[in-house]
Amino acid sequence: MSNVDLAWHLLPFQLWNTIYMVFVSTFFAFLIGLPLGILLTISDKGHIHPRPKLYHTLTLIVNIGRSFPFAILMVALIPFTRLIVGTSLGTTASIVPLTIAAAPFLARLIENSLKDVDRQMIEAALVMGSNNMQIVRKVLLPEALPSLILGITLTLVNVVGYSAMAGLVGGGGLGQVAIQYGYNRFNTFIMVTTVILLIILVQLIQMTGNAIARSIIKRRRTSS
Amino acid sequence: MEKFLEVRDLSKYYEQDDRKIYALKDINLSIEKGDIYGIIGESGAGKSTLIRLLASLLKPSNGHILFQGIDISMLEGISLREFRQNIGMIFQHFNLLTSRTAFENISYPMEIAGLSKEEREKKALELLRLVNLSDKKDAHPLQLSGGEKQRVGIARALATNPEILFCDEATSALDPRSTKEILDLIKNIHQRFGITIILITHEMDVIKRICNKVAVLEKGKIVEQGAVEDLFFDPKHPTTKQFLQSGHHEIPSEFFKDLSPGKKLLRLRFKGKSAGEPLMSQMVKRFDVETNILLGWIDKLRTITIGTLIIELRGLPENIKTALKFLKEQDVHFEEIAP
Repeated sequence: MSNVDLAWHLLPFQLWNTIYMVFVSTFFAFLIGLPLGILLTISDKGHIHPRPKLYHTLTLIVNIGRSFPFAILMVALIPFTRLIVGTSLGTTASIVPLTIAAAPFLARLIENSLKDVDRQMIEAALVMGSNNMQIVRKVLLPEALPSLILGITLTLVNVVGYSAMAGLVGGGGLGQVAIQYGYNRFNTFIMVTTVILLIILVQLIQMTGNAIARSIIKRRRTSS
Repeated sequence: MEKFLEVRDLSKYYEQDDRKIYALKDINLSIEKGDIYGIIGESGAGKSTLIRLLASLLKPSNGHILFQGIDISMLEGISLREFRQNIGMIFQHFNLLTSRTAFENISYPMEIAGLSKEEREKKALELLRLVNLSDKKDAHPLQLSGGEKQRVGIARALATNPEILFCDEATSALDPRSTKEILDLIKNIHQRFGITIILITHEMDVIKRICNKVAVLEKGKIVEQGAVEDLFFDPKHPTTKQFLQSGHHEIPSEFFKDLSPGKKLLRLRFKGKSAGEPLMSQMVKRFDVETNILLGWIDKLRTITIGTLIIELRGLPENIKTALKFLKEQDVHFEEIAP
């Protein structure tokens, strides 16, 4: 089989696997990270629902989650992954450690975005009689939307990198192709093509994220 | 009779290294329905803390804020939010939501209060007409000028038909023309709806143009309060005098240096018609003194006009004495600035 044939045989499928892993795990990370990020924001001192103990506990959890190198986290989570997915190999199994790695990172980014919302704007919403839920839904999230989208984009790009690492230990996707064919079998062509595909994927994700964020900002500067 | 809004012995302090740092100390105020009550002070005087206490955004350390007999500092949860839905507030930096259009910003408090979509729409359009911004209905705040943003802010504050409107330095970020527009609008709204207005400012001009009552705040304490007319005519506290002088020229310091016994600096205040009477020339003719007008201006208040003249009086000491006696008999208020 020629290199080109081999590439055609392997890469489209594994590219799809990478995209699947990245987007599904970022989606789950968002489901965990959003409430976590909101709690980290409003429970901090001086915000609308100060709860120092809760804030410090959550901060500790997030920091622990973020300080694990991904390779170690993946191995450490193997029993947990088996419990949930039934196996620790393959793309679906990789989604578990990818989600756990991305969630605290995304939670921190969401916290930063929400804390950037002007405090005086929150004060104005409070004086109009808003409750905390309304402040989160009608003020914090809409006001921070462009910045939240950039945070999600950044997480997606990071998860692309992690997913390649997952491939090294049988997680599937482009990372697995790179290690099996490019590294173990010294196939430079496959290695280079894989890297180029990853670069293109990251570029596309970043450009799309930027474009969405920019279009929201632009809409807020023009009449609707 | 139950007072509309009464503040009793209100204090707010912050603890720092076991010491209490007072932002406000022993504030007493009585605000009647329909007042436009101005609170003036330099930055750091505590006026921002005071308006936030009155608007229930802060809790007092001591004292009471009674709104129609109810202590609002005791309110929590739903009853606090219900009270807040009954007040309106506008801000120095407008604080509009950038994610919403002018129309949607005005709808916000009505969403919070649980009004139906039809009611919100009807009221928002009506308010946009009131503040003369119907053509900017779908504009986002970032596209509006400062004056326009504040008009949206006013419309938003009025959306729930509040009984009190709080104005937090509402014109401080605006140019003179927009300032005039906004003050006229506030005055207009006051006349039409009889809403009680409480405002804080560092500009005497704002007090002069729209307030009927005023309190002067300095270092967390009220140093003088009363009807605006009385305060302009006969200010007692040095800080008040300083505020009245601000915006006008200062007297050059050399006039204070070389004051021989035959010289006096006077500040004269005239009310209403007497501002036009030729008092100076009478004095010159009858008592053989000379007058030198250093400064003069006229303040047009809501109800009356007050003229201020700063003059130098020269002549023999005994002539000056009789001239001063003459002034006392006239309908004029004067004060010896120096010596």
